[in-house]
Amino acid sequence: MRTAATAAILVAIWAAASRVAQSPLFPGPLDVARSLAAALVAGTLARAVVTSALRLVVGYAIALATGVPLGLVLARSDATKRAIGPLLLGLSSVPSICWLPLAIVWFGLSEAAIQVVIVLGAALPVTLATESAVRQLPPTIERAARTMGARGPTLLFRVLLPAAMPGIVTGAKMGWTFALRSLMAGELLFVSGGLGQLLETGRDLADTALVLGIVAVIIVLSRVSERLLFGPLERVIARRWGTAMP
Amino acid sequence: MHAATKEWPAGEAAPDVRPVEAAASRVRMAGEHSRNPRPIAALDGVSLTLGEPGVTILENVSFSVAPGEALCLVGPSGGGKSTILNLLAGLLAPTTGSVLWEGAPVTGPARDRAVVFQDAALFPWLSLEQNIAFPLELAGVAKAERRERTEELLRLVHLLKFRGSFPHELSGGMRQRGAIARALATKPRMVLFDEPFAALDGQMRELLQNEVERIVRATGTTMVFVTHQIDEAVRLGDRVLLIGARPGRVLGDVPIDLPRPRRTGDPGVVRLVGSIAAEIRAEVEKVAREEADGAWGNANSRDGGDTRRHLGGGI
Repeated sequence: MRTAATAAILVAIWAAASRVAQSPLFPGPLDVARSLAAALVAGTLARAVVTSALRLVVGYAIALATGVPLGLVLARSDATKRAIGPLLLGLSSVPSICWLPLAIVWFGLSEAAIQVVIVLGAALPVTLATESAVRQLPPTIERAARTMGARGPTLLFRVLLPAAMPGIVTGAKMGWTFALRSLMAGELLFVSGGLGQLLETGRDLADTALVLGIVAVIIVLSRVSERLLFGPLERVIARRWGTAMP
Repeated sequence: MHAATKEWPAGEAAPDVRPVEAAASRVRMAGEHSRNPRPIAALDGVSLTLGEPGVTILENVSFSVAPGEALCLVGPSGGGKSTILNLLAGLLAPTTGSVLWEGAPVTGPARDRAVVFQDAALFPWLSLEQNIAFPLELAGVAKAERRERTEELLRLVHLLKFRGSFPHELSGGMRQRGAIARALATKPRMVLFDEPFAALDGQMRELLQNEVERIVRATGTTMVFVTHQIDEAVRLGDRVLLIGARPGRVLGDVPIDLPRPRRTGDPGVVRLVGSIAAEIRAEVEKVAREEADGAWGNANSRDGGDTRRHLGGGI
């Protein structure tokens, strides 16, 4: 409610400012809405959203499927940690878009190239969060489980993984944001459908209203998807652990 | 401490176990206080060194536990009492010497030796009921029987009304009672208590001491109870072992022949607590003097003990 009120005030200020500026480079909210409506009618917006969303879901699924197991291995095996821990930390400091040139050389201008960028961007935060969540568990959790006869896969999947769930969900959420950023960077550079390309089109045509409209769409999609994906998980965690998620 | 600790690899035999015969005969000599000639559990000449450079946590510790006995371990904090408990549980392996369970070397944790931890260690993602049912599920107990046994245990610790609550919704005392119920779920032959009431207030502690006494008597379970509170040890134990610090070793073995039920204020309890306290005080002062003589000892043991400072060093 309060957010809606703030948003309304900001839109009003924006409308007033654009009227004062009287420049095509500074579109007002109505121009943006018109431009978005046109893209919607032409079907370009829907196509772009579907293309981007599919890429995001596929890349993110691969990132989770590799990131969580890798984090578990790093947390449980000191040898693995010593062998590849420094490498992973180094890699995580490289923005994943830096891999796009190499990915294009290897895979051409294909879906695979953009997936490489998404997976590299999203998997590392998931891996590191999973590792630290498992390592920071109170040692008595594992000890208690072992005295009950839990070991091997039972210990890992029935005790350590659920115990680390709050930390893993935080990491997964971060991974989702990283996946979205990597996707947009990839689509801006490597034109092939998607919301990123629509942004490029806006720039080519100096259609600032379209550019602003797409940014608004990205904001809405990212917020809504985060709510839908992580909201239920966070409620379960808050109920069981009694903690509010960061 | 965690990384440097030598733990039993799950499901594998201990690397260097001494012949059972020789160890068992020495245990029998050491366990002269026990009423039963055949101990259920024993430590025989156990030493434990942790970390690099090695810090000696335990030095030549030997004692035995008779079946059905309530043995309490008391001593100053950081004296290796909990380490002894972890050895008995099979969560740690000794550097030298052997830990015996029914005459055979302990090679890892087992369901007949349950542990109640100081922080309860209930699983936060499971309800109280699910927590108590968890060890039964791991033991392969059928669902119907699991439900029946869980209900029986909830009733035993007076928590039936809170079966659906998650651990964070329970008070500290309730969590400990839940942990006791969980430990008893698979009907272990011995329950190991690691300062379970240290974080509770006096009244709650007294209440839970009564419950532990009642439950342990009712089930005929052998119990080893670690505490730094002498009155708690005298109140609960058939026998009290005094554990010295740095390195941990057995300083004394006191049989408690006072009638039950005991209260913390009983004259007999008070007298025994006084004499044990005097003995421990002498030991603590001796350690303090030694530390004051050589600043080396203090600095060195801190260096070895605090591995937290090296966290992330390998990154």
